[in-house]
Amino acid sequence: MIEFKSVSKLYPDGTRAVDDFSVIIPSRKTTVFVGSSGCGKTTLLRMINRMVDPTSGTIEIDSRDIAQTEPVRLRRSIGYVMQNSGLLPHRKVIDNVATVLLLTKVPKAEAYERALTLLDTVGLDRVLANRYPGELSGGQQQRVGVARGLAADPNILLMDEPFGAVDPIVRTELQAETMRLQRELDKTIVFVTHDIDEAFLLGDQVIILEKGARIAQKGTPEEILARPASDFVASFIGAERGKRRLTVSSGVQANGDDLVLVDAGGYAAGVIAAPDGKLATGNASPKSRSVSNKTSQAGDA
Amino acid sequence: MDLIIQGFAWIFTPAHWTTTVFGTGILDALTQHLILTGISLFFTILIAIPIGFYIGHTGRGRGIAIILSNVARALPTLGLLSVLILFIPDVAGIPSNYIPNIVVFVLLGIPALLAGAYAGLESVDRQTIDAARAVGMTEWQILQKVEIPLGAALIVGGLRATSLQLVSTVTISSLLGQVSLGSFISNGVATNDYPQMMAGAILVAALALIIDGLLAVVQRFVVPRGVSRGANDRRNTTARGRKAAAATQGTPITEGI
Repeated sequence: MIEFKSVSKLYPDGTRAVDDFSVIIPSRKTTVFVGSSGCGKTTLLRMINRMVDPTSGTIEIDSRDIAQTEPVRLRRSIGYVMQNSGLLPHRKVIDNVATVLLLTKVPKAEAYERALTLLDTVGLDRVLANRYPGELSGGQQQRVGVARGLAADPNILLMDEPFGAVDPIVRTELQAETMRLQRELDKTIVFVTHDIDEAFLLGDQVIILEKGARIAQKGTPEEILARPASDFVASFIGAERGKRRLTVSSGVQANGDDLVLVDAGGYAAGVIAAPDGKLATGNASPKSRSVSNKTSQAGDA
Repeated sequence: MDLIIQGFAWIFTPAHWTTTVFGTGILDALTQHLILTGISLFFTILIAIPIGFYIGHTGRGRGIAIILSNVARALPTLGLLSVLILFIPDVAGIPSNYIPNIVVFVLLGIPALLAGAYAGLESVDRQTIDAARAVGMTEWQILQKVEIPLGAALIVGGLRATSLQLVSTVTISSLLGQVSLGSFISNGVATNDYPQMMAGAILVAALALIIDGLLAVVQRFVVPRGVSRGANDRRNTTARGRKAAAATQGTPITEGI
């Protein structure tokens, strides 16, 4: 569990990047900070591994104030995945993945063995191990970045707009991978994005931020969609433009008893499947991601 | 043209390699020249590299370094040398006038190497450094494992410029009594022995070219693999230097400013 306690960040030039921010990030869930550029979401993320130190307030991981932990040690214990992968261009893929292990003096053979296993984990062919990052595609580089983040088997994985620079098809793929990894590895993931669709897709808890990292709304995607807390949230999630308010089209008939949905602008948005000739209703709640469906072993994020 | 041929003829006269009218043979002068260059280069590196790395890594002190470099560049080398010879006394055990010579050459050599050192570090992509820090490298490890290897081409470029400058300027030390390849030039001038003077000039030029050539080779080889191997130019190995030099320069990553 990561807890922000009235955290502020004031830059010397007077900008308040973060203004009295408090939130609890539960263990083994994905929490997404979402907001437009300059809202301070990346600053929040970087505070967790002390890449940025708050001006006031404290951040606790499992009730321990991180200001007491030496930054280098803290960073080695937290996975970090950034946009554009941030791989070292002069080191082979395997060395990039093994970076943290080698820094923490894990024997070379063991580190490489673990790095190869991680390539499997993130769905990369082992033959890529001896390539240089520059020889990989953007999506592959991003996967290597994720593998590096997972190398030291951290409990926490920070992801800073990791899929911002890849094309939509690869992004969809990587998002699915992230969800699979989260299910399999059960990490506490803190994810930053400006893409609300990505936030709703990945987040167990979504935190929508306004300028100065003020929380506009916090909750599960369903809660936010059902009851946007303010006009800002409504416009941010697209409810205002009617993109998320769907109605059954009266014009076109889909296959069988399926129904075509259109958004408020009248554009086709999807289809509701109608199994057994009846409309699926009720239990078609998005994904079951209620807090209870995973053993919530709090206290050891 | 004749004079150049005579210069070469002078050089290829075997006797001149061991002794000349003035007692100093080419080998002797060459050795002295290289020793003086080497010592000056050693102290230049000792001073310029740590300062350059400090500036490049922290981004601090760049302004003052540029000012001081420009001042050092503007110093008239020969004038400064004459003055220092008058003011710096000889120290027992060190050949006469050695210290003033070295002081002047070190001052001359620092700017180019300093600029190469910090420019090399500054050329490294800020995102790469940020990522290295975020995964838990110490500042020292970032310098050692990320900034120096990725900035190596420019750093060696600075070393190359400095070496070239030193090896050619050490020539002037002979005007004030120090034995170097410049001795043939000053002796030649003194005695109207133009072939000998030409010979000295040719020797200095040749030495400078050889050293520059060697360092050019080194510069090619310090560019790490991977940096030159972009996905799109896997076949184009000649793009090495260019790619390294074009490494993106950026500002530290911040958000919310």
